[in-house]
Amino acid sequence: MNPESQAESSGCDACEQCDQRRSFLTKLTLGLSGLIGAIMVLPGVAFILGPVVKKKKEVWRPIGSLDDFKIDDDFSLVTYEDPSPVPWSGVTAKSGAWVRRISDTEFKAFSITCRHLGCPVRWLSGPELFMCPCHGGVYYKDGTVAAGPPPEPLHTMQIRVVKGEVEIKTIPVPLTTTPLKESDV
Amino acid sequence: MKRIKKIWHWIDDRSGYSDYVVPLMKHIVPRDARWWYVFGSATLTAFFVQVLTGICLAMVYVPGGDEAYMSLKYITETAFMGHIIRGMHYYGASAMVMLTVMHMMQVYLHATYKYPREMNWMSGVVLMMVVLGMAFSGQLLRWDDNGVWSVMVASEMAARVPFIGSWLSHFIFGGETVGGSTLTRFYVFHVFIMPAIIFAGIGLHMVLLLRHGVSEMPNVDQPVDPATYREDYEARLKKTGVPFWPDAMWRDVVFSTVVVVGILLCAIFFGAPSLSTPPNPSNIHSNPMPDWYFWWYFTILSTLPSNLETWIILGSPVLGFLILLLVPFFSNKGHRAPSKRPWSVGIIVFGVTSFVLLTIYGYYKPWSPDFGVTPLPESVIGVSEGPVFEGGNLVYKKGCLYCHHIDGHGGHRGPVLSNIGQKLTRQDLTIRIMNGGYNMPSFAGSMSSEDLSHIVDFLLTRKEEDSTEPAQ
Ligand code: FES
Repeated sequence: MNPESQAESSGCDACEQCDQRRSFLTKLTLGLSGLIGAIMVLPGVAFILGPVVKKKKEVWRPIGSLDDFKIDDDFSLVTYEDPSPVPWSGVTAKSGAWVRRISDTEFKAFSITCRHLGCPVRWLSGPELFMCPCHGGVYYKDGTVAAGPPPEPLHTMQIRVVKGEVEIKTIPVPLTTTPLKESDV
Repeated sequence: MKRIKKIWHWIDDRSGYSDYVVPLMKHIVPRDARWWYVFGSATLTAFFVQVLTGICLAMVYVPGGDEAYMSLKYITETAFMGHIIRGMHYYGASAMVMLTVMHMMQVYLHATYKYPREMNWMSGVVLMMVVLGMAFSGQLLRWDDNGVWSVMVASEMAARVPFIGSWLSHFIFGGETVGGSTLTRFYVFHVFIMPAIIFAGIGLHMVLLLRHGVSEMPNVDQPVDPATYREDYEARLKKTGVPFWPDAMWRDVVFSTVVVVGILLCAIFFGAPSLSTPPNPSNIHSNPMPDWYFWWYFTILSTLPSNLETWIILGSPVLGFLILLLVPFFSNKGHRAPSKRPWSVGIIVFGVTSFVLLTIYGYYKPWSPDFGVTPLPESVIGVSEGPVFEGGNLVYKKGCLYCHHIDGHGGHRGPVLSNIGQKLTRQDLTIRIMNGGYNMPSFAGSMSSEDLSHIVDFLLTRKEEDSTEPAQ
């Protein structure tokens, strides 16, 4: 006997109590299904969004001794490790920056990330320009845009010298919408 | 024999094969469709190639920072049949993208999206978007330097989204930079999420195909009238239709065979795409380039006026998707025949021509400086000493050749300088070099007056052979 005919034979269709019971069971089923869904989904969503809400870390990383950098007009490429690499990152934990020593204590450093869409810019010492291979962005040696589509200058990075060791302050990838912080400029 | 029959009967009865599967296979389809309708089934076949080769690749591929690159190298260079499987997956992806688009163009040209098949079209549009997502994420899983920088470009694009841009970027990175968590995200999208959507989408597409029937070839005498279409269609089908299996299906199978054999032959003769250098985000010698089916978009991004850029980067995919999705709502009745819808033929011709031209342009990418240039040979400079000779060498040293072309040497970003001595005076050239100009940097801060004068001396000698005009 199917439930409908059962209901018919017992006359439950017209019974107010049964209506209430059915309405309660409908709500119960929908409510519990929602709860099951929430239990399954919410921890996962929080897990996935972890990297988004995690507090950004900025740490100083060594990039060589003071003697490795000559005082001249040329930038050299330095590589350093990300602020918080996961143990299996391998080579992907590396980041790069263009660094130039201006005087005994003064340095100029730029992130290699093009401010247009993020390709790696190259320093060309002859023309004294940074050029981007992707869409033709060009920057002067002070990081300002010389030509092409980049809307903002290269991101300046901070350098300090501690006991003869040169260190760079790591940053998240400079995104074009990320406002430059006073401290980084 | 009797026993086998009995067993088959049991299987048939319990599984419902004769009751459900056979009628599906033998459903009646119009007899006039012929070769026009083979693209959809071939797309499905290409998808199966992707699923099967993808499963094989996933048995060895390790989605980790360093290991992904190493495991792909192993698959390509060492594993038995590895380069064929990887090659099939690569060419299968190209086939799937191409066939999806061809299928869509055919459906658009024949206005099959009209009543009652609006939802068939819409599910197809969603499927196409996911197929493009698969193509893009698959390119990243190659996880060489190109893969790393493609993620970078993707997340920089995401960063342009108002308010939540940087969150989105960090979500894509799985952190604040490219790193160990980045690849696994794309792996999950590519291997679990998007294939699941495609399976579900294909299921829906098939159910709708059976529900509304295979459309007939467009006929100028049979415009679609929603009030009578279903009845007319059923009546016509009853009169002239043929069972899908085997009367119509053989063409699908023949074309799918051509596709699969083509994929295999490409994999054997051209092999898997080569991997560039390891995924080191500090490697500045990378020259990121998407796979060929995205070159048109690469061109658009490179040639956009910068004030429109953010709008187009963010708006065009959304707008493109919405326009495609809503095509049936612009017109879902009336003529289906291309001869009565000339603008649809125009749109297809325009679309295909733009795609081809933008793709060719994207391949040559003339907007990029050419980092591989070499110094000008003496034969081009024309003298072997003196200021002109110095100037000829300086156009290389000072980077002019990265963007300018001189007698077969140099890049293509800026104007050709082979005849510049005829067009500009000494003063013009000096001002242009010192101040820069549209898309040309100023060299005032990086060039001595002696170098400048040598370069100008050299440029003034750049004239056509038979030119008699004296340089000023
Ligand atoms: S990413 Fe550098 S110019 Fe586009």
